[in-house]
Amino acid sequence: METKPDLNIDRSVGDFHYDVDYEFDAGTGLTEKTIDYISDVKEDPDWIREFRKDALRKFNSMPMPTHWASHDLENIVFDNIRYYLSQGTQPKRSWDDVPEDVKRTFERLGIPEQERKFLAGVEAQFDSEAAYSNIKAAVGEQGVIFVGSTEGLQKHPEIFKKWFGKVIPTGDNKFSALNSAVFSGGSFIYIPPGVKVKHPLQAYFRINAENFGQFERTLIIADEGSEVMYMEGCTAPKFETSTLHSAVVELVALKGAKIQYITVQNWSANVFNLVTKRGLAHEEAEIKWIDCNIGSRLTMKYPGVIMKGRKARGEVISIALAGDGQHQDTGAKMVHAADETTSNIVSKSISIGKGRSTYRGLVQIGRHLKGCKNNTECDALLINTDSRTDTYPAITVRGKENACQHEASVSKISAEQIFYMQQRGISEAAAMSLAVNGFVNDLVQQFPMEYSVELKRLIDLEMEGSVG
Amino acid sequence: MSLKIENLSANIGDRQILKGLNLEVPKGQVHAIMGKNGSGKSTLAKVMAGHPDYEVTGGSVTLDGLNLFEMQEPDQRARAGLFVAFQYPMEIPGVTIANFIRAALQARLPEGEELDAVEYYEHLYKKMDALKIDRKFTSRAVNEGFSGGEKKRCEVLQMAMLNPVYAVLDETDSGLDIDALRIVSDGVNAMRSPERGFLVITHYQRLLDYIVPDVVHVMVDGRIVMSGDKNLAHKLEAQGYDWVEKEILATA
Repeated sequence: METKPDLNIDRSVGDFHYDVDYEFDAGTGLTEKTIDYISDVKEDPDWIREFRKDALRKFNSMPMPTHWASHDLENIVFDNIRYYLSQGTQPKRSWDDVPEDVKRTFERLGIPEQERKFLAGVEAQFDSEAAYSNIKAAVGEQGVIFVGSTEGLQKHPEIFKKWFGKVIPTGDNKFSALNSAVFSGGSFIYIPPGVKVKHPLQAYFRINAENFGQFERTLIIADEGSEVMYMEGCTAPKFETSTLHSAVVELVALKGAKIQYITVQNWSANVFNLVTKRGLAHEEAEIKWIDCNIGSRLTMKYPGVIMKGRKARGEVISIALAGDGQHQDTGAKMVHAADETTSNIVSKSISIGKGRSTYRGLVQIGRHLKGCKNNTECDALLINTDSRTDTYPAITVRGKENACQHEASVSKISAEQIFYMQQRGISEAAAMSLAVNGFVNDLVQQFPMEYSVELKRLIDLEMEGSVG
Repeated sequence: MSLKIENLSANIGDRQILKGLNLEVPKGQVHAIMGKNGSGKSTLAKVMAGHPDYEVTGGSVTLDGLNLFEMQEPDQRARAGLFVAFQYPMEIPGVTIANFIRAALQARLPEGEELDAVEYYEHLYKKMDALKIDRKFTSRAVNEGFSGGEKKRCEVLQMAMLNPVYAVLDETDSGLDIDALRIVSDGVNAMRSPERGFLVITHYQRLLDYIVPDVVHVMVDGRIVMSGDKNLAHKLEAQGYDWVEKEILATA
């Protein structure tokens, strides 16, 4: 058992794990019995148990999407995965009550410290369940609800049931079906009308166990005229075998509400990260996804916004960094379903070594609509000649007075540029890091300060690793 | 104490460019290398800096006795005190001049030590003012969209900030109008010191009216074939290089 934290913490980021005694373990493989085990442990209401079983049937009947996606998906052995591991289903409200072995993980990742410094609330998920969940008293008094999905569906069924699975139907794709069958953890957030949450709410998702699948489920509802910023961070230790992370995140912004959802993930290179994220923006509402994908073996993620009400606005800002042997298959979906809706997509990808980046963008503006606008910009940066980048835009614009603009660029950091920087005394890794940070700089400036610093650090680490 | 090049030979691919070159620049002096296009002048600068396209096949280069070729990486050689102002400086999109020079200075500090940002900017602005570079340039990406003259001034700015022990200026005069030439030369002259040596590579004598060299070397086909004082440069300007080649043949 590893008990002494390594002194060289910065270099290893999330690459450490502690042996933990799990009270609940659904074992390996996925059958109806697995579902019953999870539902029993979580004391699910019957409708959720049924929801899960229906999802399992859909998951089993759907083929892998390898007719368009990477064949690497075929290497996921669903029978070898553990679908539920926890030390109990009730998150603690105080770090003092969190079991020692779990607490030290989050302390090492700096979560309690960040909470004190700049967050309005934190949820820290360890494998299947949140170990800790709390919001600052002042935020709670405004009527803001920030709990795990289980607590959300048990204590706030009137709000939960109305929106759960409505933005992303179970059968949306094979992995949303899988998540719907075995989901556990994730956040349930409700912001009452007119409440503007000043500081960000943060969730941290930590995978600790080997051969494990993490399937958190997040539902955020911002009521009329409210505003919230939610941030999530993710890490996992580096195991020899593959680990699966397959989340579903649904956002609902009611009239005039604003939701900003920021992800900075730093998965280790054995993680399949297959996530479905979508928001529903009502009249004059705004949903903005800021998505930074660093690490993982294969990431497939295309955050989307359905602009359902007049003058709704959707935005996706994404940064993907594909290191050697990694594939970042990311993009955005913008569905314009009302007049005068506007959307903006800015995607920047970096491919290093044999790393591969793919951008998939879908923009739909219907025939009957007018005054809709989309702007798409996707830029790729290649570092050394083996790397690969592909762009698959799918733009359908019908109707009158709708405008769509698409710009794409591919640039390279050449050996000549690296040499130039090295001649000034900058190491090869630092030179690549500078160039990459320069490439994403205009996007990073949109992040909250703490996250832009974190992202810069992650890029530095990734570059150090890539030079070897 | 000197920059000493002994019997240096180097190839690019199968082609030999440097063919046993000897040259010594004592600290405190400015030496110029003149030569026709293709004589290997720029190759010499790149080989010393450690450009990955060139293969050293023989000889050595030492900085005050320190063997340059024992340092694999170009950045190690740079930190040991070698600076090359390039003929065609690379553009680095997205990386501002201020961040670039800062990273270069930071790389020279011991681990764990942080550059003082306020002092750094004070120092940077002083050097920029001296080189008549608008302060707005600090937030522009390195060399991106710069005119030829702006690129060269930016090279000299970097040199002034990084304080090398030996500086190689490769065709720093090319692309400069007369005003820019004067500014760049003033910048270089301000750095002349008993603690520093310069190797100025140029095609034209013009630059040497501004940066007056202690010694002028003539390079032909990968070797230094003749050395003299600054008058040698005037003679080359007036009579071209043909007489040099004839003289070599005569003595060969």
